[in-house]
Amino acid sequence: MKMPYYPGCTLNTKGKGFDYSARASARELGLELVELEQWNCCGATFPLLVDNMLDLAGPARVLISARQAGERLAVACSTCYNVLKRTNKVIRENEDSREKLNFFIEADYSGDLEVLDLLQVLRDEIGFDKIKEAVKKPLSGLKVAAYYGCMVLRPPAEVAYDDPEHPHVLDDLITALGADTVDYPHKGECCGAYLAVKSADVTAEMSFTILASARRSGAELVVTNCPLCQFNLDRMQEARGRMQDSRYAGFQPIPVLYFTQLLGIALGLDSEGFELDKHYVDPRPLLANYLDGQA
Amino acid sequence: MRIRLSAGTLHSDQVRRIEEISGQNLLACYQCGECSAGCPVAFAMDLLPSQVIRLVQLGQVEEALESETIWFCAACQTCYARCPKGVDLSRIMEALREIALQEKGDHLDIEAIRPEELAEFPQQAFIGGFRKYTS
Repeated sequence: MKMPYYPGCTLNTKGKGFDYSARASARELGLELVELEQWNCCGATFPLLVDNMLDLAGPARVLISARQAGERLAVACSTCYNVLKRTNKVIRENEDSREKLNFFIEADYSGDLEVLDLLQVLRDEIGFDKIKEAVKKPLSGLKVAAYYGCMVLRPPAEVAYDDPEHPHVLDDLITALGADTVDYPHKGECCGAYLAVKSADVTAEMSFTILASARRSGAELVVTNCPLCQFNLDRMQEARGRMQDSRYAGFQPIPVLYFTQLLGIALGLDSEGFELDKHYVDPRPLLANYLDGQA
Repeated sequence: MRIRLSAGTLHSDQVRRIEEISGQNLLACYQCGECSAGCPVAFAMDLLPSQVIRLVQLGQVEEALESETIWFCAACQTCYARCPKGVDLSRIMEALREIALQEKGDHLDIEAIRPEELAEFPQQAFIGGFRKYTS
């Protein structure tokens, strides 16, 4: 099976390990993710003002490019998924916006594309049962906190493909890989996102709330679907030592992986290219048993 | 806090503009506080999210524009997902940011971002931040 695929800016640069492990894992499962021939940045935030047509132009161009490649689009980055999915909904359902936007970018696009998050594709197109059968290195004994962040949950009516308050799709995938997931109350709590560029201390505090909650529930690994969540949660722990804050004292660092990295490891793929060495909290000691035989 | 209310302040051009560009009915909010209770950034805010919408309901737009709260809102939309009246407060925050950016200028000094941060942060952090803090 082949499916058009949009990596987005971050997966093309800082998040190459996410992109590489997504493509490699999908290939192993019989799904070829075919990168769009032409694509641009989605804008990284969905514009929230009803008259902000300009910020819809970027994602609209991506959607048009994707529609030329097929009827469905797989997106790995949860932020890109959120922006593209919502933009497509505006174009499909709001006649006034559709006309203005098409006029502005000189196109004739009706919104007849299905935007899918990669997790959704793994669940609905491949199936977690089939993934379970394909596992070569069961992650038994590993205690994982599935972290969903905001982008695949909210707003529920526009983007959610799972229960927005009690999501379990990522937990279900991780369980299929042989690991155990922990239940904790912060799996859909915001990490602070782009506040990091203005108020890194605030995103550190928000991220720490999530990490500490995961640790308290017994997790030894956090798994996410968003490059900005990954960055905020992971980097916060590196900066922690410099922060000299007693609130963080005694906290045991916890690695933060992309779900595709964990999937690839469980599928027995060579993790060269997964960029496990680029994480602030090195996940390799924890995963040593499952990376057996790899450099 | 003592404020003077009049038909003029309650229905000012700015209040109407906020309703128009956010697409939200401000008076739908009945101040239950669910947004403030669930907001993950409330600890950093000078006004709670529910206080910001209350100020705007009462025409106290200038006060809302002065608040740090509009810049700490991360648009995570937890408030909207849980609002019993379906008010999308994150859109009202965006409307306030938009007006503040137009009236007072950018809220982020791009020049002040350190080179090591430029090298380290993922692209989406900058693009998202520039969209929210600059015009």
